Amino acid sequence: MYTLSSKLKVFAGILFVVGLIMTVFGFINRPADLAEVEQMLENEHHGDHHGASTVNFEDATNDHHNTHGEESHGDEAHGESHEMSHAEHVYHQLTNRPWSAVYVAAFFFFMIGLGVLAFYAIQKAAQAGWSPVLFRVMEGISSYILPGGIIMFILLLISAFHLNHIFIWMDEDVVAHDEIIQGKTGFLNIPFFLARAAAFLIGWNLYRWNIRKFSLKQDEAKDGDIAWYKKGFKHSAAFLVFFIVTESIMSWDWIMSFDPHWFSTLFGWYVFASMFVSGITTIALVTIYLKSKGYLEFVNDSHIHDLAKFMFGVSIFWTYLWFSQFMLIWYSNIPEEVTYYVTRIEDYNLVFFGMVAINFLFPLLILMNSDFKRINWFVVTAGLFILVGHYLDIYVMVMPATVGASWFIGLPEIGSFLMFGGIFLFYVFNTISKAPLLAKGDPYLKESKHFHY
Amino acid sequence: MAASNKKLHVMYTDDDVLLNAVKQVREKHYHIEEVFTPFPVHGLEKAMGIADTRLAINAFLYGLVGLAVATTMMNYIMIEDWPQNIGGKPSFSYLENMPAFVPIMFELTVFFAAHLMVITFYLRSRLWPFKKAENPDVRTTDDHFLMEVDVKGDIEEMSRFMYDTGATEIKVIDKEEH
Repeated sequence: MYTLSSKLKVFAGILFVVGLIMTVFGFINRPADLAEVEQMLENEHHGDHHGASTVNFEDATNDHHNTHGEESHGDEAHGESHEMSHAEHVYHQLTNRPWSAVYVAAFFFFMIGLGVLAFYAIQKAAQAGWSPVLFRVMEGISSYILPGGIIMFILLLISAFHLNHIFIWMDEDVVAHDEIIQGKTGFLNIPFFLARAAAFLIGWNLYRWNIRKFSLKQDEAKDGDIAWYKKGFKHSAAFLVFFIVTESIMSWDWIMSFDPHWFSTLFGWYVFASMFVSGITTIALVTIYLKSKGYLEFVNDSHIHDLAKFMFGVSIFWTYLWFSQFMLIWYSNIPEEVTYYVTRIEDYNLVFFGMVAINFLFPLLILMNSDFKRINWFVVTAGLFILVGHYLDIYVMVMPATVGASWFIGLPEIGSFLMFGGIFLFYVFNTISKAPLLAKGDPYLKESKHFHY
Repeated sequence: MAASNKKLHVMYTDDDVLLNAVKQVREKHYHIEEVFTPFPVHGLEKAMGIADTRLAINAFLYGLVGLAVATTMMNYIMIEDWPQNIGGKPSFSYLENMPAFVPIMFELTVFFAAHLMVITFYLRSRLWPFKKAENPDVRTTDDHFLMEVDVKGDIEEMSRFMYDTGATEIKVIDKEEH
């Protein structure tokens, strides 16, 4: 049995409190009204030009209708209906910023839990022989989808009740002037949107709750009785079908709809690759952490090696999807599609290409060598980079649509990351401490203990 | 020198028994020349103490060759020799049109790595078409495992030891020359 160390509790607590304070300051620091933004822009215009955002403000001022009115903010409607000043756009963007930051961080940690759940279901459905020694770690991490899912749903509710304006299609004023969004209201309307989110979250949590229960019951079963194991297999197979459909729709709803004019047919896969690689990386990190504390003595180098192989492989898979999406849109150069990348390349150049380097080149070079995949600190280093890289990946999926060029990684971004990170750590390790670390009832346990490649 | 040309051909019928036998034989400091198996046995090369393959390093280098070939080729075809304007993207610069060439660069990297790796493997294993098999016993292609060991010391004593490791039959072979 693992007991949650007070050190870890304090650490998670500090993360949460510091993150919360930073996030609250992020909200307080928002400009109070339009006049303040105008003043701010005035100052920046005459002051020193340093930092990407300053330069972007200036570019945008010269040509605000093109850069801001249509691409960055994602709402042509405003441009059509009434002329909006540049300052007004920036004001809206800055108001959106802390909300978007919270949303990105909340989604990031939620998707780690969901990715691990999918990975776990695959292990169960494939009747994998190598991984049962890691099942309790996977169960622990995936348990985060309960609090994480509740947080996500609350955030969606906040948007749905117009307490923030990060989803532009929820604004009736915008929809009234936008024919493209009008054509999508059959799908993109608030009641249906919330109903979908609720159905998906309930479905995923139901499976997680069941499979955890089956796993614990199997531990208590008599020798040779694998009824709970078989039940888990059936549930996992059914869940995977449910998951891949709902995950895809979730990615359109929760991320792609930030740019309601734009669409990509492989977006669901792309988000899935992101959550899968982040999830597997987290399994490796938690496993290595627990091993370093003297637990999980039955996990050997070959298990770590296999996890690192998955980290490597899925990172390549993610890059493949990223590039497929990028190249088709770049090559065809259709105005309504290509704006997505124009915004990212113009306003987010460093983060956009930087995160591709972190998520592709870094794992490729570090984890290519077979021996390195068995060295814990190599896996941890690569893992930390992968996690940061995929946070940035979600960041550049969301931010360009909500805050446009007024982005910055500052108080609310780092703060909300720490805050949800604290909740995540506490909840995950708390769940891990609730059950023995070895799923001793699993019929493949012996094979898993002796696993070596 | 006559004794050193003598080999024992030791047969086993199970891969786990074989794996244990290999470890025991090596502990006794007998030299295992080769092991013939009907299928790849996991952990065998480690137990035999064979150095890791350098094929992976070759594969990486071959991949780089493929990447270089693809880059040079596409640069010549699409940029230098006959630049075209495709999709509003005039081909004046390799770098600016690079995304379009990535699939080719990727495929040729894989192509070169894969094919040259197979050819290297054949050369290194001294295999070529119509080569006569060097298999000492056809049963090793079905369900038997054969360990070829250099004779050292007393043959009788060595054979007894081999039977103790689980061997099913032992043959003494006098190899002329290798």
